[in-house]
Amino acid sequence: MDRLTVKQQERLGRIGGYAGLLLVTLIIGLPMFWMLSGSLKTLREIYTFPPDWIPKDPQWSNFKEAWQSVPFGRFYINSIIITFFGTSLQLICGILCAYAFAFLRFPFKNILFLGVLAALMVPGEVVILPNFIFFGNTIRDWLGTEDNWVNTYQAVVLPGAATAFGTFLMRQGFMTLPKDVLDAAKVDGAGHLRTMFGIVLPMAKPIVITFGMISLVNKWNDYLWPLVITRTDEMRPITVGVRLLFDAEGNNNWGVIMAGTCFVVIPLLIVYVFLQRYIIAGLTAGATKG
Amino acid sequence: MVSTSGRTESPLAGTAVGTQPRRASRAWFRRWAGKEWVLFLLFILPNFFFLAMFTYWPLWENVKMSLQQTDLLAFKSEPKYVGFDNYQWLFDNRTFRLVVKNTVIFIGASVGFTLLFGLLIALLLNQKLRFRTGVRALVFAPTLLSGAAIGIVWAYIFDPRFGLLAQILDWFSIPSPHWLDRPEWALPAIIIVYVWKNLGFASVIFLAGLQGIPKDLYDAAKVDGAGAWWRFKSVTLPMLSPISFFLMVTSVLSTFQAFDIQQVMTKGGPAFATTTLVYYVYEQSFGQGANFGRAAAAAIILFIAMLVVTAIQMGYTEKKVHYDG
Repeated sequence: MDRLTVKQQERLGRIGGYAGLLLVTLIIGLPMFWMLSGSLKTLREIYTFPPDWIPKDPQWSNFKEAWQSVPFGRFYINSIIITFFGTSLQLICGILCAYAFAFLRFPFKNILFLGVLAALMVPGEVVILPNFIFFGNTIRDWLGTEDNWVNTYQAVVLPGAATAFGTFLMRQGFMTLPKDVLDAAKVDGAGHLRTMFGIVLPMAKPIVITFGMISLVNKWNDYLWPLVITRTDEMRPITVGVRLLFDAEGNNNWGVIMAGTCFVVIPLLIVYVFLQRYIIAGLTAGATKG
Repeated sequence: MVSTSGRTESPLAGTAVGTQPRRASRAWFRRWAGKEWVLFLLFILPNFFFLAMFTYWPLWENVKMSLQQTDLLAFKSEPKYVGFDNYQWLFDNRTFRLVVKNTVIFIGASVGFTLLFGLLIALLLNQKLRFRTGVRALVFAPTLLSGAAIGIVWAYIFDPRFGLLAQILDWFSIPSPHWLDRPEWALPAIIIVYVWKNLGFASVIFLAGLQGIPKDLYDAAKVDGAGAWWRFKSVTLPMLSPISFFLMVTSVLSTFQAFDIQQVMTKGGPAFATTTLVYYVYEQSFGQGANFGRAAAAAIILFIAMLVVTAIQMGYTEKKVHYDG
């Protein structure tokens, strides 16, 4: 065989490249397409083989049925409450702590910082049982009440209020801020509160938003702890709720079940479509900069 | 107004002060909060409070519990100290040994395939092709989605009679295995879902690594007459090794914690085929026949495993810093 010219080689490489892109698109995209098309199928269409790729008569009623089968409205409210308070608390704890470690003097500061970092090695999964016992039992002795805190918002949110990762990430970000601006603020007599809100936070906005985004996605998708600590439909977040739909419908009514999973996935996908650049940069920032 | 030294008068402080008590309280506030160490403590207090309450203290409680025998019926009675009996029981137990094996296979395969395919996709996205930003966005999307929802979608895809995968296998005249009902297929099925979900993250990180490799290294290799494969082996791979190592460690740590997908798809079954360490802790804590002592011991084993991985990473990074300096 004759050797290919450089131009031919390049063309072959490009064709291979586009074939690769197509393959990747199919592998990642098909399951998502399968969810969307499934959510619009009739029972009959679901039970045909080979399957119909595009439903002929889109069944929007699947969404209505899913919404009525389990209380999705309530699940949404719970997820929004849990995500809002969870993310806010992590931001407050993280920003204050990161500011202290970046700008304030204190003896043995480095040892204390190691104390924060060490928490990275203790994921919530490891301490799930003692935390459950705390909210189920110990809290009654502490507060002197009859009721425990199982199945309450505060029990869902509080164990995830602190953040070791966020403290680390934002401290790194704060420390890269130009020193002279901060010095100028000091000369002007600005106190630390004013420096934080007026100078540090506006300048370090990208890193704060980055961490906010990571926190938001984690809280919205959180599953194990809410599954354990919530007991009734009134308190379940949507991730646990969709599981209830799966159980309620059994694994035969796939159309309704797929409609239910759309309820969980679509809000995040919509946000993603608009903020795609920032989200990718944000979620990977911890990896590439840390 | 809080000032750094406590003595310097902030120019704004005087204007806002009106009445006597307010001035007094302000003075008090300034005297204390103006001291840098007080402010430091105030600022770290919330984070440290929650870390102490829900991370460090429960970890200590967990260690204690793992050395005790807990009788659920006599929950209020004093727990009995049993030394390492719970650990001994776990290591003698066939199910637990299977769980450890599952965890190793699950982590090894998930992380291995995620890194391999992630690198391939990154190399693809690093070419000057049209639509590549769009494909990058698509590949990253599953990273964001709820594992519970994804698990349900894939349960439908794996449906041996009417699922997407059954259709694709049918094109090649391969009958679909009963993925989630067979012990030998359930774990591979779960691994496929995890790789699908985490591919995007790995490829975006690899892509950042690829774009950070200085162009002149390639030019130099070209001048030396190195072909594409040789350039990949002698420039790309070595330059990517720190980021690969980092990705491997973080992926291993996060895969240790994987829970939602198997909880939704298989509930750890069939016959414990998809029960990993985290799932075992959950089952021993809240499932039928729960045993708190054993659950706590299993949780500590999980903790130690993750600690070892972290220690290896730290050792490696230390060495690297050494070489650089």
